[in-house]
Amino acid sequence: MSQKPPLVEMRHISKHFGGIQALTDAELELYPGEVLGVLGHNGAGKSTLIKILAGAEKANEGAIFIDGHEAHIDDPNDARGLGIETIYQELALCGNLNAPANLYMGRELSKWGFLRKRAMKEEAEKALSRLNIRIKSLDVEVEAMSGGQRQAISISRAVHFDTKILIMDEPTAALGMEESRMVMELTVELKKQGIGIIWISHDIHEVYNFTDRITILHGGTNVVTAPTKDFTQDEIVSMIISGRPIEHSNKANSD
Amino acid sequence: MEFAKIRSQPLVWILLVAVILAIVLSFLSPFFMTVGNMTNLSKQVSIVAILAAGQAVVIISGGIDLSVGSILALSAVVIGALIQVDVDPMLATLAGLMTGTIAGLVNGIVITRGNIPPFIATLGMLGIARGLALVITEGVSYQVLVPFFLFIGNSKFLGLPIPLYFVLLTFLIVAIMMHMTVFGRHVYAIGGDERVARLEGIPVDRQKIKIYMLSGFLAALAAVVMTGRLAATPPSVAQGIELQAIAAVIIGGVSFVGGRGLVVTALIGALIMAMITNGLNILGISSFYQQVLIGMVIIAAVWLDNLKTASR
Repeated sequence: MSQKPPLVEMRHISKHFGGIQALTDAELELYPGEVLGVLGHNGAGKSTLIKILAGAEKANEGAIFIDGHEAHIDDPNDARGLGIETIYQELALCGNLNAPANLYMGRELSKWGFLRKRAMKEEAEKALSRLNIRIKSLDVEVEAMSGGQRQAISISRAVHFDTKILIMDEPTAALGMEESRMVMELTVELKKQGIGIIWISHDIHEVYNFTDRITILHGGTNVVTAPTKDFTQDEIVSMIISGRPIEHSNKANSD
Repeated sequence: MEFAKIRSQPLVWILLVAVILAIVLSFLSPFFMTVGNMTNLSKQVSIVAILAAGQAVVIISGGIDLSVGSILALSAVVIGALIQVDVDPMLATLAGLMTGTIAGLVNGIVITRGNIPPFIATLGMLGIARGLALVITEGVSYQVLVPFFLFIGNSKFLGLPIPLYFVLLTFLIVAIMMHMTVFGRHVYAIGGDERVARLEGIPVDRQKIKIYMLSGFLAALAAVVMTGRLAATPPSVAQGIELQAIAAVIIGGVSFVGGRGLVVTALIGALIMAMITNGLNILGISSFYQQVLIGMVIIAAVWLDNLKTASR
């Protein structure tokens, strides 16, 4: 792998909630244009680690570097300012509004307080076509769209505002098979644009086929961080459950 | 295809109902479609219509404002008391409008900072503003016989009564705010899903405060028209009128859950209610039946709306 400098480095991250130690010395590295799968069963610390990066939680110890510079992320707006966007499992869209209104929600284009509706519609059209998303009419309320189309709008919103790092928290959990495929195709498109993507999922098959690297968490610490294809699916499952890394003798593909 | 699009417009339906009602009433009574009666009708509708414009904005944002009748009375009383001590009528009007806006501001702050549901917060203000109106006047009604208010109450411009201009201007401005500005977009977003609006960086609390200030301001504007019409400011005026304003909004087809509906339909809702009252008066039917009928119309309006939503 050609080693570009990492987009995100999270070093020695520790976090406790009262007496419960959620993370101990956890690490995460994300490179431009890759999909990093974060795995672990419930309570392994993966969502806490991600929330710290997204600004929804604060670490007790450790440092975060974005593009090599130390970053202080105190709230979601700090994260956004650094080009970190999060897509949540429960879609953050207003069903009663159309796609352009949702895309620009909270950052509407305006002049003297008046909406620049046409400009927003044109920009929305461009943003969606850039990701090869086809939506029949942009004037339709989002509520009338399929789950996949809505997730597509969330994604295009997340990447519209100069995003470098995209966190996707179970982005396909609420979707059907066809729609999941559409979201994954979109993600491939984003990858090509050099965005670093953190992909959290419980679906091992999906993670295995889709991510470039994985990191497995267990009990709040990293078990292993490696290219996904260094292991078989069964080996990954066993590491998630046992929390012990599997040693390999046959590392066939030298990177 | 085109027909389906037209059919799905809430404005078309409610306008149709209003037109049919007007036609039926004009057949039933030769007096309905007279200039005199129409003037009368537009005066009757003006107060509720102005309140309904504000109420529509509040309801679209997912809230409710029960205090508009009391704020109207308090604003009117402030105007009356100032006129009583020979303050310039324009200044008195300004003070009245300020009073209503501040009452709305208090509503907004209590709802957002105090985290108190709009129903409770404005129910409290309903008591507070009415009580203050009674305290200021000690229960007495002031006469307001200055030319400025007599003009508002009794004059016509281009053949139309002045209160009607207040109504049309109010709806024009509120409609522009709701459909063309960032503020209006935020109102719809907050009514659609407040959690999402917050997550996406909309200043929800600030916009809510503005919404209740607008409603308070329009209640005070209605007070100006009311003062003109009555040439007096009785502190007990407009009791229960908030329910008429809410009814006008609901009959107009604005969703009570928030996020959906057009402000203009509230004007037509107010017109339908006024036509029912006016028509039954002309036909000599007891006003007791009017209340029954309007009650049934409110339920029918929401029922029809449910049918429409279910068929989607």
